[in-house]
Amino acid sequence: MAGEPRSRETGATELTGAQALLKSLEKLGVDTVFGLPGGAILPLYDPLFDSDIRHILVRHEQAAGHAAEGYAVATGRVGVCIATSGPGATNLVTPIGDAYMDSVPLIAITGQVKSTAIGTDAFQEADIRGITTPITKHNFLITHAEDIPAALAEAHHIARTGRPGPVLVDVAGDALRQVVPFVWPEKITLPGYKPTVSPHAKQMSSAARVLAAAERPVLIAGGGIIRARAAKELKAFVEATGVPVATTLTAKGVFPSTDPLYLGMPGMHGTVAAVGAIQRADVVLAVGMRFDDRVTGELSTFAPHATVIHADIDPAEISKNINADVPIVGDARKVLAGLIDRLEGKKLQDLSSWHEYLQGLKDRYQVAKERSADGTLSPQWVIERIGEKFGPDAIYATGVGQHQMWAAHLLPVDQPNHFLTSGGAGTMGYCVPAAMGAKVGAPDKVVVGVDGDGCFQMTNQELVTCALNHIPVKIAVINNSALGMVRQWQSLFYNERYSHTDLNSDQLPDIPKLAEAMGAVGLRATTETEVDEVLARAAEINDAPVVMEFVCEKDAMVWPMVAAGTSNDDIKIARDMAPNWGEDEL
Amino acid sequence: MRTHTLSVLVSNKSGVLARVVGLISRRGFNIDSLSVGTTEHPDVSRMTIVMAVEDERVIEQVVKQLNKLIEVYKIVELEANAVNHEMLLVKVSCTDSTRSAVIDITNLFRGHIVDVSPDSVTIEVTGGRQKIDSFSAMVSSYGIIEMVQSGQVALGRGSRSINEKKRPALAKHKG
Repeated sequence: MAGEPRSRETGATELTGAQALLKSLEKLGVDTVFGLPGGAILPLYDPLFDSDIRHILVRHEQAAGHAAEGYAVATGRVGVCIATSGPGATNLVTPIGDAYMDSVPLIAITGQVKSTAIGTDAFQEADIRGITTPITKHNFLITHAEDIPAALAEAHHIARTGRPGPVLVDVAGDALRQVVPFVWPEKITLPGYKPTVSPHAKQMSSAARVLAAAERPVLIAGGGIIRARAAKELKAFVEATGVPVATTLTAKGVFPSTDPLYLGMPGMHGTVAAVGAIQRADVVLAVGMRFDDRVTGELSTFAPHATVIHADIDPAEISKNINADVPIVGDARKVLAGLIDRLEGKKLQDLSSWHEYLQGLKDRYQVAKERSADGTLSPQWVIERIGEKFGPDAIYATGVGQHQMWAAHLLPVDQPNHFLTSGGAGTMGYCVPAAMGAKVGAPDKVVVGVDGDGCFQMTNQELVTCALNHIPVKIAVINNSALGMVRQWQSLFYNERYSHTDLNSDQLPDIPKLAEAMGAVGLRATTETEVDEVLARAAEINDAPVVMEFVCEKDAMVWPMVAAGTSNDDIKIARDMAPNWGEDEL
Repeated sequence: MRTHTLSVLVSNKSGVLARVVGLISRRGFNIDSLSVGTTEHPDVSRMTIVMAVEDERVIEQVVKQLNKLIEVYKIVELEANAVNHEMLLVKVSCTDSTRSAVIDITNLFRGHIVDVSPDSVTIEVTGGRQKIDSFSAMVSSYGIIEMVQSGQVALGRGSRSINEKKRPALAKHKG
């Protein structure tokens, strides 16, 4: 920004708070933001008009947040979203909470009423700092323009380092208008923030000792490995040790699904191989995961024979749910690389009978994908077909529910940052805006959303944003006319009393027409032949968003399943059907 | 149940107390006593948090979660023998005939009479929890009109400050 007035005393450029905020974003390398203006944030939008930063104008602030998340996960960079005060800011609460649960680096910038009006219940005032305190890694309320550059620098640093997460910067309107010298902080001083990156040598040695003695080890890889960019180290570790790998939902893609030592996903809808391996393991090495209840089932019976080595960058996750016998605080990449070093030349146990046993489970219990009896489309079959069509190079985003679990099992994702899903928060409506954000961040990639009819109806308005901004995402709607996962629970646990889960989405909305109305191409398939036609059409269209509706059967269920609150040992492969563990083979 | 006293150094900024208290309550932990005040360093406040927990893992989680707050600088768990004081202000009703007895009790506990009226005295007593409890029991028979108690404040014994402690409670480097 040349030709700006300079401060007489310091020689620093004089900028408004709003200009300083944009300049700070530029200095941080932010080139794309998602947002929607309003009164309190207007001073920021004025200079944004002339800025090089690309602003995607969404139709609802929630979508700005999820799009920033999708952008962040797909690119590995910090996602940025902007909203005005009051309802604009509160609409960001869901994506901020989502980013907090899944450790997504996110900066949310909100306008606030002018500093003298704060606390007076002014028009569009909300205490967004107070509201988001439990769901942000940190947050700021800025009432003086001169504090803006440092706050942005700190927010960016906090969001992306350590365990990543969302940071909110709430800026009062008068601070955005105030003119002050622009001073960029030379270095960031946060005496209360020192993430432990390097693992403790002694703990690493004990971990290596435990692993070297393990006869039935299993590695549970979590999303932290993706955040730490440690997929390469994970692969190398498995090659060096032969330890089989399960990947949690948020870690899908961090390990190639084609590898013989890949077991699939653990947990409530985990594979028999992954769940069985954990329950029989003598050593569980958990890296960058947090033993979510959806992974562990009933805690007291989780991995009952295992010595647990738990490595995470967040010390508070260690021994929170599952007691760690060997706790390691550190960055996943350093942990895995360090373990490889320490195990080099060490004599490891012969794991071949363990491998054979698990391969047997894998062979016997592949994820069910039966075709329906009456000729209606099977959602599993459709999702598998989507994966075959778009392949492992596409980035996939999902909503939350049955289709999400099937996507997790059946889509061919073999690279990190290629599977975008709402894990911890389970946010329905994540898919469309997250896919949009991913496509903006990775325009050369094919981005495919696999959504449900319930989820789709929460955030599909962003197809307008996609159409107007040339963001050609492909959204597949697995339409089973119901809130499928809730319906599944009603089938299994509520005597098939389908209280308010029938969405009638086979009648309304007309999804292709809705898509067309928003400037997307709308397609529908009701038979298997039509599925392939629709997928072929969708693959050809690269200049507009496409919505593919797949009208599927209603009663398909996600299996395997560990019912909530029960033990992983009680996993069922179909209704009332337990797997044959074949333990004599072990 | 074991009582733990945490000394927490935090940034002296608005909103920090809300962060600490909010975190403790939303994670389901109960505080017995909390007090906060400035320190020898103008940018740093010190909180004394007293909690009684049955499971030691609870206090470990509290410390770890508090450590995650950017504005929390340091957490030290004080030893059981630390100086741990609170203050009681109590307004006791009295008549000419009972006033001297109340004053005697106050002197016995090395308290101070800080206000007096024809039918009441207001007494200030500081000390440990037991002393405060015994004192209020002693004066209660005269009729307590109203009372107020501070949270506990605590310092470790000896010449060292918690700033010099090499290993704070479950340090950020733990593990």
